[in-house]
Amino acid sequence: MDLLEYQGKQYFARYGIKISPGDVATTADEAVAIAERIGYPVVIKAQVQIGGRGKQGGIQFGENAEETRELAEKVLSLTIYDRTGEVGYPVEKVWIEKKSEVAEEYYASFTLDRSKKLHLGLLSAEGGVEIESVADDKIAKIWVDPVDGLSESAVRDWVNSANLNPAAVDGAVDILQKLYRCYIEGDASLTEINPLILTDEGEVRALDAKVSLDEPAEFRHEEWKDFAGLDSKDEREHEAAEKGLQYVGLDGSVGIIANGAGLAMSTLDIVNQVGGSAANFLDIGGGANADRMVDALNVINHDEKVKAIFINIFGGITRCDEVAKGIVEAMKRVELRAPLIVRLDGTNAKEGHAILDANQSEKLIKQPDMLSAAKKAVEIAGGK
Amino acid sequence: MAIFLDENSKVVVQGLTGSQGQFYGLRNQAYGTNIVAGTNPRKAGTDVEGIPIYATVKDAVEQAGADTSFIIVPARFAADAIREAVEGGVKLVITVTEHIPAHDQAEVYNWAKDNYPDVTLIGPNCAGILSPGKANVGFTPTEVAKAGGPVGVVSRSGTLAYQALYELTEAGIGQTTCVGIGGDPVPGTGFVDVLKAFENDPDTTAIVLIGEIGGSAEEEAAEYIKEHISKPIVAYIAGVTAPPGKKMGHAGAIVSRGKGTAKAKMDALADAGALVAQNPTEIGALVKKVLNR
Repeated sequence: MDLLEYQGKQYFARYGIKISPGDVATTADEAVAIAERIGYPVVIKAQVQIGGRGKQGGIQFGENAEETRELAEKVLSLTIYDRTGEVGYPVEKVWIEKKSEVAEEYYASFTLDRSKKLHLGLLSAEGGVEIESVADDKIAKIWVDPVDGLSESAVRDWVNSANLNPAAVDGAVDILQKLYRCYIEGDASLTEINPLILTDEGEVRALDAKVSLDEPAEFRHEEWKDFAGLDSKDEREHEAAEKGLQYVGLDGSVGIIANGAGLAMSTLDIVNQVGGSAANFLDIGGGANADRMVDALNVINHDEKVKAIFINIFGGITRCDEVAKGIVEAMKRVELRAPLIVRLDGTNAKEGHAILDANQSEKLIKQPDMLSAAKKAVEIAGGK
Repeated sequence: MAIFLDENSKVVVQGLTGSQGQFYGLRNQAYGTNIVAGTNPRKAGTDVEGIPIYATVKDAVEQAGADTSFIIVPARFAADAIREAVEGGVKLVITVTEHIPAHDQAEVYNWAKDNYPDVTLIGPNCAGILSPGKANVGFTPTEVAKAGGPVGVVSRSGTLAYQALYELTEAGIGQTTCVGIGGDPVPGTGFVDVLKAFENDPDTTAIVLIGEIGGSAEEEAAEYIKEHISKPIVAYIAGVTAPPGKKMGHAGAIVSRGKGTAKAKMDALADAGALVAQNPTEIGALVKKVLNR
């Protein structure tokens, strides 16, 4: 779960990480009220879950009330697009903070190094740009064994190796220890400050905040309730999440239901391989009974682009006869917008097929294997 | 031979008294797995269908001779359960539980590696291990497997492993062992350790490796294959069409900042000499080819 900047900053503040004074606004009036409280000049920053807002006019500076009102209105009317230019995020909130006098910009983050199975801290004197574009020899790295934790002296050595301005060293050592605490105790999968700034007054502060939370740890974080509904702007994804289905919305015309994350991914791939494109990823999980099948079909049915629905089940613990019963029951309860192309293999496949055969319908098309089912689904959907 | 798990393994089920644990524990037992104990501190002295329940794994090791633990407990208790198993004295710990917080998993992994280097951790969020005809611990449906070898299977995904077993069995090819390493970012045992075990197993003559997007475990496996694996490999990678930045069901299945793509993994494995299937239905035919059948 990726937090918005202001939520990330508020999360940082819980761990004592210095941020500029500010608050979040949903209207121009609120923006001005905040600016009056904290003093001019202020920065007005669009709150969206993607990067690149600066280039699209999502960061503005207000010198006085009039200008702040005008610019806040403007930013609040924007839609910020992702790198592909296809997915737009309407700006619903802006973060208003006191403008900082920036002397230098750095980069700092903690994340998990999956390869080494250790925590990885990155620190660079070249901040304010995407870390991927910074040369590897300009990034100071530290690997932290979660059992040992991170000592102050280790942080100091790390900071010293990053060639920051000497005036920033003590402030950086302090903020990085807090950033690690936020990462560990806050159950984050990423805590990133870009830029981490040194101000003209010699203070080290987080000018931006990127925090991703590790959803499985939600049970020990009451405070995460504030972040509900953040996961996605896709209405289909919201509906699926409410039903407890693993769903990712895509742009194609073949709706997908499969059991197991791996098989579901593989199903998208095979649809693509035979010339089609998937409308979604949906892992119905184990125990695909009638209720789950109804929920899954409802989510897919609300997607107007869907022209064919490919149900790809490999019965393991999930028995194919149970799945078949679920499909038959679901077809009674859901008015389908597109035909079902069903492939059942594995445990009790024969019994499953018998159940489907006893409930024939023009909207129910059985196929003997994954490849032929994919081809059939794509044919019905009319290719891409 | 099988790797990691066979008919001599003595299994304690942590979570046997829960509904899921009981279902799978008894299912595994019915297949022939030697389930010797369950644990539950509040139910010590009782039994589940004749399987004795002990308070701790240590008791199960000392009194029932357990050497393998099957962990099927709720996510919030799973890291502690792994610790208990490792400290209790078993040599193989198989955790199927999904949604263990990543920091808990990273910590328990490093703790075990530093203090109990001889213990093998499998999972979490995995299907378990099946050695067809010998023993099964976890979710793998035994109906689709065929005993007798000669193919070893290792997979991050459960259902894709089942699919591979099915394709092999349909092609008349048996399996030595099928190891599910799991879909989380920090698996206890990765591809490399399993490949090493298959390389050393005389009954395994070919290996099927099933990966997916996210991380670099497949690339590291490819490097290892180049240097150390003499047996032919058939590989399949799921997630070619997965959009970047989205978790595809598994916590570890995410293309993040351009890293962990299926294409990079397929290229690395092909470069290491593996035959790479374009979809799972090709696995049977490709294995036939490498076995010259």
